[in-house]
Amino acid sequence: MTRADDERAASANWRTRIKRLIEGYDAVLSLQHRREIVRELQDEEDLFMLLCFCDMMGIPNPVGDMTLELYPYMLDRFHEWHKRQGMPRSPLDGFRCC
Amino acid sequence: MNAIWIAIFGAVCFVMGYRFYSKFIAERIYRLDPDFQTPAHAYQDGVDYVPTNKWILWGHHFTSVAGAAPIVGPAIAIYWGWLPAILWVVLGTVFAAGVHDFGAVVLSNRHKGHSIGTLANKLIGQRAKLLFLFIILILVLMINAVFAWVIAKLFITFPASVLSVFIQIPLAVWIGYRVYRHSGSMLLPSVIALAVMYGAALLASEVPFLQIDLVSWFGGGDTAVAGGFDATSMAFLVWIVVLMAYVYIASTLPVWKLLQPRDYINSHQLVVGLALLYLGLLVGAPEMTAPSVNGETDVSWYPLLFITIACGAISGFHGLVASGTTSKQLDKETDARFIGYGGALGEGMLAMIAIIAVGTLFASSADFTATYSSFSAAGSSGLGSFVKGAGQLAGNLGIPEHMGSTLVAVIVVSFAATTLDTAVRLMRYIIAELGNEYGMPVIARKHVATSIAVITSAALVILPEGPNGFGSGGYLLWPLFGTSNQLLAGITLMLVSVWLKRQGRPVVFTLVPMLFLLVMTLWAMAQQVIFTWSGFGDADRNLLLFTFGSLIMVFTLWILLEASRSFRQDPTAVQESLSSDDTR
Repeated sequence: MTRADDERAASANWRTRIKRLIEGYDAVLSLQHRREIVRELQDEEDLFMLLCFCDMMGIPNPVGDMTLELYPYMLDRFHEWHKRQGMPRSPLDGFRCC
Repeated sequence: MNAIWIAIFGAVCFVMGYRFYSKFIAERIYRLDPDFQTPAHAYQDGVDYVPTNKWILWGHHFTSVAGAAPIVGPAIAIYWGWLPAILWVVLGTVFAAGVHDFGAVVLSNRHKGHSIGTLANKLIGQRAKLLFLFIILILVLMINAVFAWVIAKLFITFPASVLSVFIQIPLAVWIGYRVYRHSGSMLLPSVIALAVMYGAALLASEVPFLQIDLVSWFGGGDTAVAGGFDATSMAFLVWIVVLMAYVYIASTLPVWKLLQPRDYINSHQLVVGLALLYLGLLVGAPEMTAPSVNGETDVSWYPLLFITIACGAISGFHGLVASGTTSKQLDKETDARFIGYGGALGEGMLAMIAIIAVGTLFASSADFTATYSSFSAAGSSGLGSFVKGAGQLAGNLGIPEHMGSTLVAVIVVSFAATTLDTAVRLMRYIIAELGNEYGMPVIARKHVATSIAVITSAALVILPEGPNGFGSGGYLLWPLFGTSNQLLAGITLMLVSVWLKRQGRPVVFTLVPMLFLLVMTLWAMAQQVIFTWSGFGDADRNLLLFTFGSLIMVFTLWILLEASRSFRQDPTAVQESLSSDDTR
């Protein structure tokens, strides 16, 4: 190995060390933050799942009333969609478009 | 004496303490087992229970426990001279704080990562839970009042720091949204935020127009403004109202929006602050000009020193962090020594540089005595002296002293503000829990509980009147903050001792610091409550401090009784209640 190669290797070694140091420093500081973000996302996910499946658990879905007025707007799009998917008739009882 | 020798003495004691004493505690007393399955592995959920590298966890633990408290206490306690303060910081850290923090991690680790409050409930029962809640309530109330006073005082003394501190809020919100909505690392945005903050601080220290100096806006000094308030009192009132409005909003927002990104930025500030001061010390090698022992004191150091320096020597708050989050992330049980004991040493280093900064500030011993003329003068001017002393240390690195002082003021205010909004949030949770406990669900509501927390804290900070009139007496609460913090540490040490006794191991290493703390607390409070705040003899009566001091005395006696009862209790019954939680 030439001297230039040695210098390049030493420089790469230093760069790796500094990079690891910065990554470690970031990990120290973001530990708490990461936990809070994950918890917040889990709360949102739990609410979403509850809204999706609350009817199955016997809880009336409050979103149903609010989205009822969207029905006429969605009907045409839904009809086109199920035909595109190869289903000649509406697969859902709630959407009687045809 | 050259201050470097003091730093070397402290560092050598800390290294020896870690190398020998913590090793002895780990092997002979706590008996750490490398094969023990930690809660982080047993209950791994990707959120709270996550096995974490010990260096990363130590850094996280240290940045969570370090704040403004290990700066304020030592800056006041140097009143008795730097030697007693240094000795208490060093010996307290090595023999009390290290064992306490380390013990809290181990105890929690052995019981599913439960917090100290839950363990107190399991070990002693419902009474202990209520005692624990009331002590924490008093502690957070004191934290809110003391740190609101600290921030208002620094804003008035160092008006160049205000702009930078307020700029941090939108920057933190920006980082919070950016990371939450678009993910990615916080490192670069937070470094940019820090650069903007420090740029604003340096600019404001040079340009008077950017200094938000309410006292001069109100006409300066003793000018009567309105309602019998002079300019300084009015400035204080305005800052307290602004701060309380801010903490109300900050503590009701989701944590990722403001609190967490601010904590992240402040963690950089801890590193910057420590590096600035220790490098300034090494380069400047200043002499300690404060007396080693102050012979002209109006209040004896014994036992007040032990409650004036709480964080930095031993602090119950560390037990909350150690058992609340740290123990749930322990990869191996043997890491507890490095993280728990090492975290206490980091806090000791912060307290030590605070003592050195104040001890090297003055031109002579006479100047020191003129500023620290009495214990109440020390309470009032200690923090300002630290900021100036730290500015002087930073000056050794080529930073002009006034700029250095502004930077340090920004750092201390940031620490205090983070502690303040975290404490208000914590107080809200405790009020809600007490509301549920006593069948008053209305006060458990978020905005009702927060309003109670904010209004009582504001009342407590503005009620004590110091020698300079309205708003100047917030520092009178400092001994109460220290005692409530030590009480919490006493509970943790008691629980660790009870656990050790049930395991048939020696308890002297945890029981002695516990008894020492509780006796000092009881003694200090008895002295203050009976001979000072009650109006005994020539002393001025202070009903507010008398009430809180009496409450703390009652709680201390209560803990001593509970401790005595727990030690006399049937070992098998307690062992069963504990072993049911033992993850082993």
